[in-house]
Amino acid sequence: MSGAPAALASGTVRRVNGPVVDVVGLDGVAMFDVVAIGEAGLAGEIVSIDGDVATAQVYEYDGGVAPGDRVTSRGEQLSITLGPGLLGHVFDGILRPLEPEVVWLAAGRSDNPAADTTRHFTPAASVGEHLTGGALLGRVTEGEHFEHRVLVPPGIEGILTQLAPESDARADQPIARVGDVDVSMSHRWPVRVPRPARARDREPRLLRTGQRVLDLLYPIVRGSSASVPGGFGTGKTLLQQQIAKWCDAEVIVYVGCGERGNEMIDVLDDLAQLSDPRTGGPLRERTVCIANTSNMPVMAREASIYTGVAVAEYFRDMGYDVVVIADSTSRWAEALREFASRTNQLPAEEGYPATLASALAAFYERAGSFTTLGGSRGSVTIIGAVSPPGGDLTEPVTAQTRRFVRCVWSLDRDLAYARHYPAVSWNESFSRDSDAIAGVRSAAGDTQWAERRALALALLAEAERLESLVELVGAAALPDRQRVMLRSAKLLKESVLQQDAMSDADAYCGEAKQQALLEMILAIHERFLELVDHGVSAERLDELDLARVSAARESGGAEDVAAVTAIRDSALATLKAIG
Amino acid sequence: MIDEIPVEYTGARSVGGPLLIVQDVSGVGWDEDATITLDTGEQRHGVVLDVSDDLAVVQVFEGTSGISLDKVRVAFSGTPMRVPVGPQWLGRVCNGRGEPIDGGPPVRGDHLVAVNGVPINPAARQLPRDPIVTGISAIDGLTTLVRGQKLPIFSVGGLPHLELAAQIAAQARVADGAFQIVFAAMGVTHADADATRDVLEERSESGDLALFINTASDPVVERVLTPRLALTVAEHLAFERGGHVLVLMCDMTSYAEAVREVSAARGEVPGRQGYPGYLFSDLASLYERCGRLQVSPGSLTQIPVLTMPAGDITHPVPDLTGYITEGQIVLSQEMQSRNVYPPFDALSSLSRLMRHGVGRDLTRADHMAVSGQVYAALSHARQVRELTDLVGESGLGEGDRAYLRFADALETGFVNQGRSEGRSIDDSLERAWTALTLLPVGDLSRLDPDDLARHLALQLPASEAAP
Ligand SMILES: Nc1ncnc2c1ncn2[C@@H]1O[C@H](COP(=O)(O)OP(=O)(O)OP(=O)(O)O)[C@@H](O)[C@H]1O
Ligand SMILES: [Mg+2]
Repeated sequence: MSGAPAALASGTVRRVNGPVVDVVGLDGVAMFDVVAIGEAGLAGEIVSIDGDVATAQVYEYDGGVAPGDRVTSRGEQLSITLGPGLLGHVFDGILRPLEPEVVWLAAGRSDNPAADTTRHFTPAASVGEHLTGGALLGRVTEGEHFEHRVLVPPGIEGILTQLAPESDARADQPIARVGDVDVSMSHRWPVRVPRPARARDREPRLLRTGQRVLDLLYPIVRGSSASVPGGFGTGKTLLQQQIAKWCDAEVIVYVGCGERGNEMIDVLDDLAQLSDPRTGGPLRERTVCIANTSNMPVMAREASIYTGVAVAEYFRDMGYDVVVIADSTSRWAEALREFASRTNQLPAEEGYPATLASALAAFYERAGSFTTLGGSRGSVTIIGAVSPPGGDLTEPVTAQTRRFVRCVWSLDRDLAYARHYPAVSWNESFSRDSDAIAGVRSAAGDTQWAERRALALALLAEAERLESLVELVGAAALPDRQRVMLRSAKLLKESVLQQDAMSDADAYCGEAKQQALLEMILAIHERFLELVDHGVSAERLDELDLARVSAARESGGAEDVAAVTAIRDSALATLKAIG
Repeated sequence: MIDEIPVEYTGARSVGGPLLIVQDVSGVGWDEDATITLDTGEQRHGVVLDVSDDLAVVQVFEGTSGISLDKVRVAFSGTPMRVPVGPQWLGRVCNGRGEPIDGGPPVRGDHLVAVNGVPINPAARQLPRDPIVTGISAIDGLTTLVRGQKLPIFSVGGLPHLELAAQIAAQARVADGAFQIVFAAMGVTHADADATRDVLEERSESGDLALFINTASDPVVERVLTPRLALTVAEHLAFERGGHVLVLMCDMTSYAEAVREVSAARGEVPGRQGYPGYLFSDLASLYERCGRLQVSPGSLTQIPVLTMPAGDITHPVPDLTGYITEGQIVLSQEMQSRNVYPPFDALSSLSRLMRHGVGRDLTRADHMAVSGQVYAALSHARQVRELTDLVGESGLGEGDRAYLRFADALETGFVNQGRSEGRSIDDSLERAWTALTLLPVGDLSRLDPDDLARHLALQLPASEAAP
């Protein structure tokens, strides 16, 4: 970073085709360089170069841009400013702040976040130390509780020669000098480049989502990745919002990628009102929201998921567990497709460019639990919704994503249609983390965890098989043992798997209560089987009123195991009286 | 723009489908508004879809028939296409380009606004809330329309969706504040257009309604413009003037076909069923122009109406619409064949924002419980009906038979209504109650016990009278 800055290349527009602009004469321009287009200086990014024609995708509405207009390179790749001030705020796909005072997003907005806010900096290093990227320089408290750790940015190394004392400072002003580089509380980072870490960490750690069907049947570890495919209205957004609200990560990056404006304000309002069970502060204080709704510029949608992961990696580097929610990755893929089509690239499957699979792989590869450069442990978990056209799970984005994620939480239209929410299908979903989690559970003393899960899955599979039989011959034709299986499976669905996101008592469920509910159903099921084996008719059991069992999930608070135990005991007592 | 005299180019290089390619242009920008003058003096409107060196591809909204390559003159305005906005549109009937067809003078507005609109900052929005009462029991009772919501009607050719849309436009109201309707018809037959005008006449005359009609014989590409025009007018009424505005757009499938036609003419790589890959973004650029703002008391609510070709809900137009809107109202052939109007298929329909529009101070305290109970009972009734096909009605228990009676009563007493009959929320909910009281009392767990007791007492004389 020495010497005079090289003169920035400039060229002229040759063609404008919607958000795709061809530029000639940009000497020395490199892939992913950012350019300013036309009088308004609209931001664009060079995404292909062919001879002397460089093609830019434009992050703004570019009406009025004409051949001959001037284009200037900004001399850097698409980059964002990482520093204090992200948590609790809303940004667009290239991390420009979306302050609520600005109603209409006209083209040509500034991309500089308000730099003049001061932060209270507390130093945590000593002058004279030799520091490398990731070393702790000091701290800033964000909101009421969040400890924002100011680190030496990756790639910088040397003796700490200056460090600001405890003081209020601007985020863009130097607070330290490391080697011959001034370091401030914030720095620029190119979004498409993964931030470095020391090593991947192999020890599995649970991520608790508070959603029973996930934690009990398709659990996920920190640093893993999950895809949530499902047709429209099957509950992708609601499930992801529930995870954003209730999972036990320290930071959430919520990326609304090509989805609805009303949903964004809904989740923002909710997060502002709900309080974090761990800190007592509003949940919004642990959340960074990136909103590039479907009517905002298409190409910024393409960038938004990279922006989201880069922000997540930034907090990971501080030693935090971060969850990235991307709703919906299909809209990102469609932006890729639109670009490919406007630049006449040879389409592969269904018009998507041939690079779709590698782009998806690279994106999900940025998930992981790591030992950070600074030596602490942090993780990025990525949960991406997929919106398959016509609900067709064989379409390219759904099928390719499945190859690269560790969990698939597939949402089923029939379940949603029957108002069984969350509509997580037990035929199409999987978790490749479940063995690791069984190990963690068993090490923590719960040796039966895997067995209970296996029993529940087996019961669901058996019921599925029996239900197709019933459609042919009617329930009355089944042997009693099979009829009670159907009854148990129904109870399992109603009292454990279904979870009402709109109900204060049920939206989130604590770990112990989750286990208690599942144990209750398995105990009742076992007792059912014993009873029919002793000659009690399935009809008799069908007539039993078990409404309290079905409603147990709504009884008491999210952690109220006693309420569930009481219901279980009384149900078992009723059953005992029969036998 | 009148302040600048635009350069006019004479002659074009090629013309085909809705596209005109003009050569030797300079300084013409993408998305610029163009005026095309034919040798007859007729003027048409266009927009620049692509500019490359000195060539501009112009989409002509009125179509290219009659354009001769050497005589045509094209002028570019230097701005995107804009239309006048203001309350002057209310009470008027115009074609799909905004030219009067009611015999009145051209509509002049307060000022000009770009028809493509500008995206709303999601952080400046306010969550939709408060109901719009459509007067249709099925909609108000089960899939309540909330101010700021976009709730489409999915229909099939041959069903009375246009009539339903017109009926809603004629009788919808809000409890407070100014309420206005903007109705955009795309690709409708002349007979349907006339019928719609008749139904809407009263509201139009009272100055609460703006009507844009593109008929099946009007230029196809004009349909690309019609909803944008309607939404631009509506945004002004809602967000600048603070009114509650309901926009109905029918038929969005005709709109999408026009988009497909333009795409095909440009030789773009076709996606599913020939629709361009950007159809999602294109539809979103319309449907997202709705909602509420923190800075304005107004609201913009949309009811897009579309027909599902061959009744296929996975067809790109309903599918992509469903991915953008906040629920759907589905009309079914089956209900139609039982002579129910509106042929509302409850189990396939959902208003995702309903809970923000109903309840004690908004509609009635029991509203959510009643609709939840109706849905639960309907889905059980459906199972019973399937079972009946298997075992016959005689094989059913008394409880199950009650569900069949409930479903019938709901259909005839609640869903079915007259084509000019507007019902109050109270009336609609009471009708739902009447059907619910036919069910075994023990099954009505979602209802408040006191409400239930009161309604059972009301029903008593009627059920005693029954044999
Ligand atoms: N867990 C849940 N509890 C209660 N209701 C739910 C739940 N999940 C989904 N729903 C219902 O389903 C509706 C649609 O859910 P959601 O918006 O999450 O669907 P989606 O899959 O994201 O659809 P789209 O692809 O159109 O965005 C919700 O508005 C709500 O009515
Ligand atoms: Mg969604």
